[in-house]
Amino acid sequence: MPDLAELPVIEAMKAEGTTDRHMVLNMGPQHPSTHGVLRLVLEIDGEIVLRLVPEIGYLHTGIEKTCEAKFYQQVVPLTDRIDYLSPMANNLCYCLAVEKLLQLEIPPRAQWIRVLLAELTRLNSHLVWLGTHAMDVGALTLLLYTFREREDILRIFEDVAGQRMMTSYFRIGGLALEPPLDFFDRVDAFIRGFPERIDEYSNLLTGNPIFMNRLKGVGVLSAADAIALGVTGANMRGSGVDFDVRRDIPYSSYEKFDFKVPVSTVGDCWARYEVRLEEMRQSVKIVQQALHGMPEGPIKADAPKVVLPEREKMKTQMEALIHHFKIVTEGFAVPAGEVYQSIESPRGQMGYYVVSDGTAKPWRVHMRNPSFASLQALETMCKGRMLSDVVAAIGSIDIVLGEIDR
Amino acid sequence: MAEPTALEGKSAVLEGLGAHPAVKALMAWNAGALEDAKFHRGELTMTIAREQIRAACEAIKKAGYNFFEDLTAVDWFPSSPRFQLSYQILSHALKQYVRLRVMVDEADPAVDSITPVWPAADFYEREVFDLFGVRFEGHPNLRRIMMPDDWQGHPLRKDYPVEGYR
Repeated sequence: MPDLAELPVIEAMKAEGTTDRHMVLNMGPQHPSTHGVLRLVLEIDGEIVLRLVPEIGYLHTGIEKTCEAKFYQQVVPLTDRIDYLSPMANNLCYCLAVEKLLQLEIPPRAQWIRVLLAELTRLNSHLVWLGTHAMDVGALTLLLYTFREREDILRIFEDVAGQRMMTSYFRIGGLALEPPLDFFDRVDAFIRGFPERIDEYSNLLTGNPIFMNRLKGVGVLSAADAIALGVTGANMRGSGVDFDVRRDIPYSSYEKFDFKVPVSTVGDCWARYEVRLEEMRQSVKIVQQALHGMPEGPIKADAPKVVLPEREKMKTQMEALIHHFKIVTEGFAVPAGEVYQSIESPRGQMGYYVVSDGTAKPWRVHMRNPSFASLQALETMCKGRMLSDVVAAIGSIDIVLGEIDR
Repeated sequence: MAEPTALEGKSAVLEGLGAHPAVKALMAWNAGALEDAKFHRGELTMTIAREQIRAACEAIKKAGYNFFEDLTAVDWFPSSPRFQLSYQILSHALKQYVRLRVMVDEADPAVDSITPVWPAADFYEREVFDLFGVRFEGHPNLRRIMMPDDWQGHPLRKDYPVEGYR
């Protein structure tokens, strides 16, 4: 067991002579409100936070290193495991990056199904955020409500991908399989009832005086700070920066969808709560549009050397069998070059930086994950505030530690 | 202006994309510091002289590229210079990305920190330091971030094994 007093953070505090009057408090890594294994070293004066140093790395599994030893198509399941609440967003971002290098054209149906599932992922992730965030500040009931709807979304994922959480449904060049026959009806039935559910959450929380007191005016982040600290997504829009990759640099045919980007200028935890709640309503709109305008056609790009052939063809045609064998055993070569693809994940701007040296394995895969940058802003949000506000602030920036540590 | 499909080399980019706001800003600031440039898959990459990266970031920030999005490194072992640092910078107003690149030698893997320009680079520079062993001069708190503080070696280097004992 390492002695806590010997850790570099505390050593530095000692050197500055600040440990005499102030208390150094260790929070985490096993703490119910840190959403995983986040450790915070806090310097406090009574109840006031003077300094906050996040210590991360407890979930570091070297996914970026592992990617370099795998074929391009074998990296897709690894991307699921980065963020267990939004696997589809990670799949999508990686696939888009590699497709950009390969210059593949994705059929419209595949793009629309990707949008549909990406938005369901956003709902899924926001539901967990809402439930746990409310629970952190004392509203225990809501978690049971949000997990009820989350279960429905996970069933939808299971229908389409066979897996509830680690879906790996998006593949380089399209989708793994055509969705089952009554899939769209099931999504429709779910999404039809969902706006009522959002109202239900809102009724439980928005007028609740305890919830308001815990969030209003807490964890304030200005627009300038948000940009300076690299904060993105709902956290940035809660501070008044109006930017959404879906609208401003559209990918996967988001330009064909009509939706609003909610922005609040207040910048406190309450603003982030309101922005995310409105984002859920907008996601419902996007899913409905995707359902109504779903194009017909293939779900995989016409690239036999990259995309696995259909089972039927593989069993009957020699050429398809050869392609299948080659892709599975040798992978496929990707032209040399480097690309950076960013998308709007539930937590903010996610970017995949893929460098190819022209072989079948990526030379380098780097994930720019929104939580990593959001965590940097935590000190700015909490400095000079009460210790109990730290819990509200952590909940409101919606971090997932698997994505921070990778 | 019709977008070209691919441009290789500084002169080709200056000719084909001379009106690009990022190219214009860097040329107006210090044409000599721009070592190389390419336009590939719709993405503009500009290689900056190692000593000039902080000033280049300031110049490009003034040109409207206000948001630091990502910093990472690529190990080109065994070729030289070994490390490539890639900075992804976004402009909220222009709605486009630009990539700055710095090549760093293995003998003295050090580069100026850009935290004075964008404090957001703090964690990213610590991550590159931890996993690649590239130092950032002027960083306020350059410690390991992912690996334990007493770890030996830098896991994302190409000469570090993927599995097994070191």
